Amino acid sequence: MSEPRMPIESGVPEMEPYLHPVLKKNYGEWAWHERLRPGVLRHVAKSGDSIWTVRAGTQRQMDVYTIRKLMDIADEFAEGYVRFTIRSNIEYMVGDESKVQPLIDKLNEEGFPIGGTGPSVSMISHTQGWLHCDIPGTDASGAVKALMDDLYDEFVKEEMPNRVRITTSCCQINCGGQGDIAINIQHTKPPKIDHSQVANVCERPSVVARCPVAAIRPAMVNGKPSLEVDEKKCICCGACFPPCPPMQINDPEHSKFAIWVGGKNSNARSKPTFHKLVAAGVPNNPPRWPEVSTVVKQILSAYKEDAKDWERIGEWADRIGWPKFFEKTGLPFTKYHIDNWRGGRSNLNASAHIRF
Amino acid sequence: MAKQMHDTPMLDQLESGPWPSFVTGLKRLAKDNDMMVDLLGQLETSYETRKGYWKGGTVGVIGYGGGIIPRFTELKGDDGVALFPAAAEFHTLRVMPPPGMHYDTDTIRKFCDIWEKYGSGLIAFHGQSGDIMFQGCTTDNVQPAFDEINEMGFDLGGAGPAVRTGMSCVGAARCENSCFDEGRTMRMLVNNALDDMHRPALPYKFKYKVSGCPNDCMNSVQRADLATIGTWRDDMKVDQDEVKSFVAEKGRKYVIDNVITRCPTQALSLNDDDTLAVDNPSCVRCMHCINVMNKALSPGDDKGVTLLCGGKRTLKIGDLMGTVIVPFMKLESDEDFETLEELATEILDFFAENALEHERTGEMIERIGLVNFLEGVGLEIDPNMIERPRMNPYVRMDGWDEEASKWAERKAQ
Repeated sequence: MSEPRMPIESGVPEMEPYLHPVLKKNYGEWAWHERLRPGVLRHVAKSGDSIWTVRAGTQRQMDVYTIRKLMDIADEFAEGYVRFTIRSNIEYMVGDESKVQPLIDKLNEEGFPIGGTGPSVSMISHTQGWLHCDIPGTDASGAVKALMDDLYDEFVKEEMPNRVRITTSCCQINCGGQGDIAINIQHTKPPKIDHSQVANVCERPSVVARCPVAAIRPAMVNGKPSLEVDEKKCICCGACFPPCPPMQINDPEHSKFAIWVGGKNSNARSKPTFHKLVAAGVPNNPPRWPEVSTVVKQILSAYKEDAKDWERIGEWADRIGWPKFFEKTGLPFTKYHIDNWRGGRSNLNASAHIRF
Repeated sequence: MAKQMHDTPMLDQLESGPWPSFVTGLKRLAKDNDMMVDLLGQLETSYETRKGYWKGGTVGVIGYGGGIIPRFTELKGDDGVALFPAAAEFHTLRVMPPPGMHYDTDTIRKFCDIWEKYGSGLIAFHGQSGDIMFQGCTTDNVQPAFDEINEMGFDLGGAGPAVRTGMSCVGAARCENSCFDEGRTMRMLVNNALDDMHRPALPYKFKYKVSGCPNDCMNSVQRADLATIGTWRDDMKVDQDEVKSFVAEKGRKYVIDNVITRCPTQALSLNDDDTLAVDNPSCVRCMHCINVMNKALSPGDDKGVTLLCGGKRTLKIGDLMGTVIVPFMKLESDEDFETLEELATEILDFFAENALEHERTGEMIERIGLVNFLEGVGLEIDPNMIERPRMNPYVRMDGWDEEASKWAERKAQ
């Protein structure tokens, strides 16, 4: 028997070998940039060099044939280099302006939309969903594909007041991330416990410790050690499910989408913010989740119509006031919008600032 | 020879519409890959029943404790046999990309060849923690697939209670707002902690993210245990000729409405001659005016970084933003990088020793208080760390005089 191969613990690779030559030459020496059209940027270096970037949307989960096609395009038009954005768009850097239009034409011909820059709706960052996650309440790639079909025009155009970043997560852990609009599954019923399995697969004290509201306690059920949930206390967060799969939280009928708005990580103008609940009870309805699209489009259309240039969705809502936000989007305001979680009192209105 | 395709009426609907379809990709792979045939079968079942059918397990490569996401099907018949046996094992290899996610086509083609040989042929560029995700591998093929990827110069990323794969923005490679060398910083931070990445033994995950300026394109403030965000401490740079051209092109009203009045601290004013006056001590470096007038305005020359600690999402106590722990640090010389590396090590060690199981840095800081954390890692307090001073009077302050004299000493330095 041969010696096992030990890994080369090389860590994060060097960036330099993978940089387009114009980027390598002008590293740290860029002067300014402009957006020539949706999806196309021109960066100008202090040396006078220019690089054109063409940004295309992808499906993120790509088969090798699609990837090789994208690489053929890079070899033909972009000197054999590409990069990916945080939202799984592919970017081609082009040193020669005359290749920009042919590159756009080629990408469009192959079915890849050009856009996602500036005040557009860029590709939705998302989680794994039914394709690969072990705790998913819904699919992610499918829901995103359906939504991006509906928002296609907003990707290839730059007609929003400011950029719109949407995220989708298949549970409240929210791996998909914070966004101007965050679309997440919300469980609405406590976990259903398979008591015959708990003792076999769950480390009970760590499950008890995981619960944020102390609703789980050890119990003997049918003569076997198990766990029980105080259903009045339970907030249906699902935190118990990953360490204890017999505490099934996903429910084909009762796990619904909740939609949140106003998340922003940039420091531009206002400080970074987390997204806030605006809609819930939206059905988890594959394969196209039309009810989700409807709510998202309602929000986007009110924002597009009413916000000022450069206002992100949260900044717009803060300016016009949240009562007006619900009025303009047509979404119902319910008792569930009023925060009662730890520290939630700071979200209540302690002033006479009221718009009539 | 691939097996017979399953009927997938629901997934088929995701092949229509203008956006690129992952289902079309899966089907193309399924033409000569049985794993993909059965993956489509299981996924279609999920669409019908609205349930997921994967469970985790333990699969790894020799020498490492993490980096592979094991997935075994739970969709089995009464006899315990998988209904979609060719996709019964569907593991993912998390592989760290170069900073900024730059590639040459040759490298990506080699990835494709390896993944066609050992895996399903499905690759995600990239997962939410920044990894290239090679999705769909049997237990037996994980090791040989990793060996070939590893020989190319790529390494597994993090999973489980470990240092996770880092992310950095495009930064100095293509952005005029870059305030430091983001790529070098990310490599330094992650590679310094490889043992804690490859052999998970921390209380919970620990993430580094690196953004070159306060636009924070990597979302580090909300998602990183240690966020490194570029900034500057001298005056921002103004090219008054370019300001004048911008005003001439866009008009005074546009500039007043979209630049001057949008400044969060009212540090800007448009002069009568269409030049820009900047009250730099009031500027909070939010980036807005620079974003709008990027040809005329740019970050200053005395650049560095702000460090924030403790950002995370929901589990377990709800969302937490990172908190400023170092308002400004130079990051230019080798010594500067060593200083950051040492501080990052201190923070990681403190987290490893003091956090409870399944507790992130932000939750740990909330539990023990920022001051205890700062003392633990050897950082001085600074008024930039707070939104506002304490409002609650229930505190013992018998050490006040001593603390006040510490402040006076620091001011005198």
